[in-house]
Amino acid sequence: MSSKTTSAAAASASPPATDWTGSELLLKALVDQGVEVIFGYPGGAVLPIYDALFQQNSLRHILVRQEGGAVHAAEGYARSTGKVGVVLVTSGPGATNAVTGLTDALMDSVPVVCLTGQVPTHLIGNDAFQEADTTGITRPCTKHNYLVKDITKLSRTVHEAFHVARSGRPGPVVVDLPKDILVGRSTVYEGPEAGMRKTYAPRLEPDADRIEQALEMMARAKRPLFYCGGGVINSGPKAVELLTQLVRATGFPCTLTLMGLGAFPASDPLFLGMVGMHGTWESNHAMHDCDLMINVGARFDDRVTGKIAAFSPGSKKIHIDIDPSSINKNVRVDLPIVGDAGKALAGLLSGWKSRKAKGDAGHAKDLAAWWDQIEKWRARDCLRYEKTDKVIKPQYAIQRLYELTKGRDCYITTEVGQHQMWAAQFYKFDKPNHWMTSGGLGTMGYGLPAAMGVQVAHPDALVVDIAGEASILMNIQELSTICQYRLPVKAFILNNQYMGMVRQWQELLHGGRYSESYMDSLPDFVKLAESFHCVGLRATKVSEVDDVIKEMLKVKQPVVVDVAVDQTENCFPMIPSGAAHNEMLLGPADKKKPGGAISEDGMVLV
Amino acid sequence: MTAVERHTISVIVDNEPGILARVVGLFSGRGYNIESLTVAETDSREHRSRITLVTSGTPMIIEQIKAQLERLVPVHKVSDLTEGGAHVERELALIKVRGTGEKRVESLRIADIFRARAIDSTIDSFVFEMTGSTDKIDAFVKLMEPLGLIEVARTGVAAISRGSQAL
Repeated sequence: MSSKTTSAAAASASPPATDWTGSELLLKALVDQGVEVIFGYPGGAVLPIYDALFQQNSLRHILVRQEGGAVHAAEGYARSTGKVGVVLVTSGPGATNAVTGLTDALMDSVPVVCLTGQVPTHLIGNDAFQEADTTGITRPCTKHNYLVKDITKLSRTVHEAFHVARSGRPGPVVVDLPKDILVGRSTVYEGPEAGMRKTYAPRLEPDADRIEQALEMMARAKRPLFYCGGGVINSGPKAVELLTQLVRATGFPCTLTLMGLGAFPASDPLFLGMVGMHGTWESNHAMHDCDLMINVGARFDDRVTGKIAAFSPGSKKIHIDIDPSSINKNVRVDLPIVGDAGKALAGLLSGWKSRKAKGDAGHAKDLAAWWDQIEKWRARDCLRYEKTDKVIKPQYAIQRLYELTKGRDCYITTEVGQHQMWAAQFYKFDKPNHWMTSGGLGTMGYGLPAAMGVQVAHPDALVVDIAGEASILMNIQELSTICQYRLPVKAFILNNQYMGMVRQWQELLHGGRYSESYMDSLPDFVKLAESFHCVGLRATKVSEVDDVIKEMLKVKQPVVVDVAVDQTENCFPMIPSGAAHNEMLLGPADKKKPGGAISEDGMVLV
Repeated sequence: MTAVERHTISVIVDNEPGILARVVGLFSGRGYNIESLTVAETDSREHRSRITLVTSGTPMIIEQIKAQLERLVPVHKVSDLTEGGAHVERELALIKVRGTGEKRVESLRIADIFRARAIDSTIDSFVFEMTGSTDKIDAFVKLMEPLGLIEVARTGVAAISRGSQAL
């Protein structure tokens, strides 16, 4: 037989070149979506995917220690890059462990695609081993979810999932994959260009008339204020740049939400600091007293508004948001503008410039008076705290961390609680995507895995998880992942041996009865770090703070720093629950005001 | 406090697994009311269903409900028939009444006035079928109570706008 005939025979006998297993189709779709990293944990239902992963080199897999860590890592990856974070977990407990992270991503509008294994289609509904109704469980905590029942629709579904996750207001999307689909074979593969269904088309382009109305309101305002949030960051670096230009062109003051930090440079004098429950005195008073509020990509969260009935009573409100359901949800606004923040800001900026050229852009005299008032508020120096040599103040530790890391490409994540608020108050962000914190859901245990995801995306950057000792223990197992992949993450623990924010509320609201907020028998974090092959450092004296930070920065390995801070320190300023912006407490002395700090109405709020 | 309004909302959705759970879950999860809900496929070629919801809330809540519904990926269109102006609403009800003698005769007489049809009859019972507005059915059911009402099945509201325009 000649060689020619052999090859011809082989060609006719071989199956079509395009015959893939479901797992191969899945990975192909991920590669075509530009995915580079997956955070995951294997299990029975996803073994075929792991087998396919083993046989390729395009996708990197980071093996976490618990599925919850995988989702937070994907969130950190997504928020620090603007890309979609990808998670792969098994059925049943794999999926249920992912639920907290998915809810977190939904609340904070983080693009995540979570691939979950599922028992084979014929066993669904039979209470099979490791079966959970994943689409049922995740329906309220995802932007959308899918159960793939037909292998020919697998690739299209994955592409649609990515599109839904990243477009409009971003969010988490679950794709549930029964095992028979993963091992089945199909010739059908559709690329990312496969059309998205007609029902989903977020509005991006703002209404031009409304932009014009907004400009008119801005030109007439005497006490204007920009109130901006994470939506600006989600819109992309261009939107952040446009916001900065617009604020500077107008000379209006600007405040940011917790999620928005970095959307406007903290070092700019036009920045008033963070707004809300633990925001600055000047931000909250400006919110209360302004006559025009320009909300870009923020959602009037209850942590920002305080008592709704007393929220900024004298202002007209413009609300720019990509999600129509965010508008008029908590606060009725005068001018809603649905669309992408970047596009709206571009319209406002060019409109403002042409008005300025015509001399029709604002009342300089009124604006100067408004700034005089703001400077008086600012002079209160609301973030001041007692400086002492006796005990390490948590604020001091963060201030030193900021001073010793500024100028470097530094990404900060946090857990949830007092340390988170102090980080937001004392660490200054001049760039977007460098601040990763759990805002909406308030998920303790977010910071360490999130830092891991950030470090995977930025291997050479400095990534610090500003943590509390209680929060970090919720996902401490991820130190093992951090070690395995040689990720030089720094965990900077402000250790007060209390769930600090719980303790603070118990002090202010519950007569100082510290019910279950003190943790006895905490681990020795230095030894704990060492057992996870990390470097452990400790500071117990004020004089040691700089040294441990410098040492932490010098070490090229993962580091856990245990900073023993003042156990009784509280986070101020604070708008007590149920109070208005101009009723904020500045410090410990304020709580002794007549009538007490917290009203009865406020007691029921969280 | 702003007054609570009652709205009838039509939602056109892709007829896919879980869509009803999505809509119902949205209402329960966010604490909205559902007074009535009907759903059936109305376009078999495109696999689209029409959900008709009757809900109540302040104007701000109603606005939220519509925005939240529109945000669901499989939703094509949300239309507030109450806000949109003239529309017709109909419900179908099956009403079982047990009784003899004068009460039985009276129930039949009232059914006639309401243009309800007896679609099942035994020596001591009727099943009436009637279509009409929710109010009309409510009124009929109330009248049947002293006459031996024992069971009611209602479909919930189906609604459509008046005039030549389609949704």
